[in-house]
Amino acid sequence: MIEKLQDLVNSDAALVNRGRWMSANMLLQIGDEGHLVEIRSGRIESVSPANVYVTPYDFKIRGTEDAWQEFWKPIPKPRHHDIIALIREGKMQMEGNIEMAMANFLTLKLMLEKPRKLGGGA
Amino acid sequence: MSAIEIEPITGRYMRLEIHGRPHRLYWEEAGQGIPLVCLHTAGADGRQYRALLNDPKITERFRVIVFDMPWHGKSSPPEGWQDEEYKLTTDSYVELVMTVAKALQLENPVVTGCSIGGRVVLELARRHPDYWRCIIGLQSSAKEQRYFDISWLHRPTIHGGEMSAAYCYGLVGPAAPLKHRWETLWHYMQGGPGVFMGDLYFYSIDGDISDKIHEIDTGKCPVYMLTGEYDYSCTPAASEAT
Repeated sequence: MIEKLQDLVNSDAALVNRGRWMSANMLLQIGDEGHLVEIRSGRIESVSPANVYVTPYDFKIRGTEDAWQEFWKPIPKPRHHDIIALIREGKMQMEGNIEMAMANFLTLKLMLEKPRKLGGGA
Repeated sequence: MSAIEIEPITGRYMRLEIHGRPHRLYWEEAGQGIPLVCLHTAGADGRQYRALLNDPKITERFRVIVFDMPWHGKSSPPEGWQDEEYKLTTDSYVELVMTVAKALQLENPVVTGCSIGGRVVLELARRHPDYWRCIIGLQSSAKEQRYFDISWLHRPTIHGGEMSAAYCYGLVGPAAPLKHRWETLWHYMQGGPGVFMGDLYFYSIDGDISDKIHEIDTGKCPVYMLTGEYDYSCTPAASEAT
């Protein structure tokens, strides 16, 4: 699922355009697994394995494996369909430069829900 | 020239005093019958009720009345706003709704509201049970468990409109048609700086009425509640607890 994120985002010209002022290193943590998502001018340059303890990042979105799996279903169950909802459920956390994340939050949400198009879970 | 479709909605401005200060308030109406006052959510405006105002099944029995709160939509803030911080409180919200309803000389009206509106209708039922025919709370609960730092909604380094839409994005359920989702988000994007945050001051901080909720006399003023399950801000459990 995560390995498809780059193509899913980069092939959406409107989304890339919407995020054109965002350049950030986002660490996505799925359970114990880390993935560094390097975003440059709205495009995802790379998604690579990251060490969740030492890989530097701008902001991190950390969730349980179940949380991401449910979040990426085509229609997630209630209160598992949104990052803030999952934070409220205690199944996700945001860390690091929250201001940078918030300044780009709508674009980030649209990026992160892209794998729903694939029709499965994580 | 192609034919146009004119919706059966009338929009006008009223000039009145609210909280002892002159205001110019925008409101829309459609239909005839029992007055039904509709209160929009935090950070948006009366356009949220566009479908209700255009629904003949409702307007043939109800006079639907939707006003933009001061600072929202086409209702400007009062003179001198530039030296104030907008903060909605329980008292100011109740007074606003009562002032507008009485100015329109509504007889035994129904009131409905969503989110902050869903909260204040409970307080309207508690304080003014003889005035309101009944209340209908949409996403209604007596309190909200805080889960978000609302100050992100109003910072010079973050576009308030983009942030407001991002915050509300997940409050629109996944079954909502895309065109309605994005039209509704546009309304949030158009909110004035700090207004959404000022509304949420009532929702998250000042407006916890859980200790007074037992004072509502549902014999005098019936209470109806409608809550969608995808709303993580006011969950069905929170409405049930209320």
